[in-house]
Amino acid sequence: MDIELRQASLHWQQHCVFSDLNLALPSGQWTCILGQSGVGKSSLLQLLCGIADEASISGEIHCSDGLPLSSRVAWMAQRDLLLPWLSLLDNVLLGARLQQGRRPSSEQRELARYLLQQVGLGDRATALPAQLSGGQRQRVALARTLFQDQPLVCMDEPFSALDAINRLKLQDLAAELLADRTVLMITHDPLEALRLSDRVLVLQGSPVRLSDPIVPIGSTPRPVTDPALLELQAQLLQLLMEGAA
Amino acid sequence: MMQVLRPLIITTGLLLIWQLIVWLTDAPTFILPGPLRVLETLFSQFPLLMKHAGVTLIEILLGLMLGVLLGLASALSLVTWGSLRRWLLPVLVVSQAIPVFALAPVLMLWLGYGMASKVAMATLIIYFPVTAACFDGLRQTPIGYLQLARTLGASRRAQLLQIRLPAALPALGSGLRVAASVAPIGAIVGEWVGSSSGLGYLMLNANARMQVDLMFAALLVLAVMALGLYFSVNLIARRLTPWVSESTSSTSRGDSR
Repeated sequence: MDIELRQASLHWQQHCVFSDLNLALPSGQWTCILGQSGVGKSSLLQLLCGIADEASISGEIHCSDGLPLSSRVAWMAQRDLLLPWLSLLDNVLLGARLQQGRRPSSEQRELARYLLQQVGLGDRATALPAQLSGGQRQRVALARTLFQDQPLVCMDEPFSALDAINRLKLQDLAAELLADRTVLMITHDPLEALRLSDRVLVLQGSPVRLSDPIVPIGSTPRPVTDPALLELQAQLLQLLMEGAA
Repeated sequence: MMQVLRPLIITTGLLLIWQLIVWLTDAPTFILPGPLRVLETLFSQFPLLMKHAGVTLIEILLGLMLGVLLGLASALSLVTWGSLRRWLLPVLVVSQAIPVFALAPVLMLWLGYGMASKVAMATLIIYFPVTAACFDGLRQTPIGYLQLARTLGASRRAQLLQIRLPAALPALGSGLRVAASVAPIGAIVGEWVGSSSGLGYLMLNANARMQVDLMFAALLVLAVMALGLYFSVNLIARRLTPWVSESTSSTSRGDSR
């Protein structure tokens, strides 16, 4: 399902974060938005997720199937947001628990177990989040996002709190598990954007604008040793530096 | 080993100091009885003490239960209905300016000399701390949890019961601990103002008859009861929030990520 955001604007406390912004998310592709902190990337994502509470927003969201987008977005944040009182399995099942009064069906439980296995935590289903490392917790958050099975997945700097090795591992895992899905990822890490996405957009300037898409070649996740990738990373960094100046 | 020894050493030390004061000042037993004398009275008057302790314990427990239920219900309604908050919160705060002790005679007048007035005292005295703790806890839900719940399509009711309430449990635990330690005050003050049974009544009575040893024995029973109550409530609160780590359990407000 293609999703298009038209003429979006967002004001926060009388301050214009962005206005007249257009964004297209082609079906089955990873789109990445790069930009510095405070440029409004997270706000843009929250607008799509319907959780930009304190801001006044306007704009239209079009889905190619003609239905509204609201409540059809899976959101994954920088913090894992695992509920500390629920086991890992129940955290993955959270969507079902919240909608059906704590009683997920046995198929749903089966699916959640399978997803935990997919992220490599199949044998820890009954553990509490406090017993896990940061990387493991983010894996559970990924499983929870997959469980929602929504047409659009929005990720807000999902791996930025992790160390370099864990970040690469989780990027690979996410690329594998979210292949062929429509994904919008926000990040400030050019390498991450280039490794994972089909299209990279840069959000910067004043007034804030989205750049034309940069399309890296090859299948994701691209290896970090790929010279073409590193070349693109240098170009992107240059572009970001110019924008910041 | 030290864990068991330390309270023992502290207790014996305090008892020794007590005995020493009695010896040094040569106080008559109707002013300050020695610890042995008090223990003796404790054993000889044990059935009498237990009879009155039972009454006080029931008053405390009923007051605790009612106060916690009312406090929790108030906090939940305050969080659910924003307009109610604007009307009720000032009333709650102002009501705290009236010392509950000052209300005791009126409560006695309205509810009689029986158990009801003491339960009401205990309920009143813990109602506000419990409400305040729960309300604070319910308001301080990490915003991320609520945003996540909304993207997951949770209704307001599901958000309240499955996100806000469990996230407030550590704060609720603190409220419960405070309640457990002040509830006995309510019951005892109620008994002092007017009653025909209970440890407060016994103490007042013994004091008037110069049976200071009996008064001390009653005080001891009360202290043991209050300690037992506090530790049971503490245990229950800890069981309810297994995810809150031991070292932070008394200070944390459920934010733990």
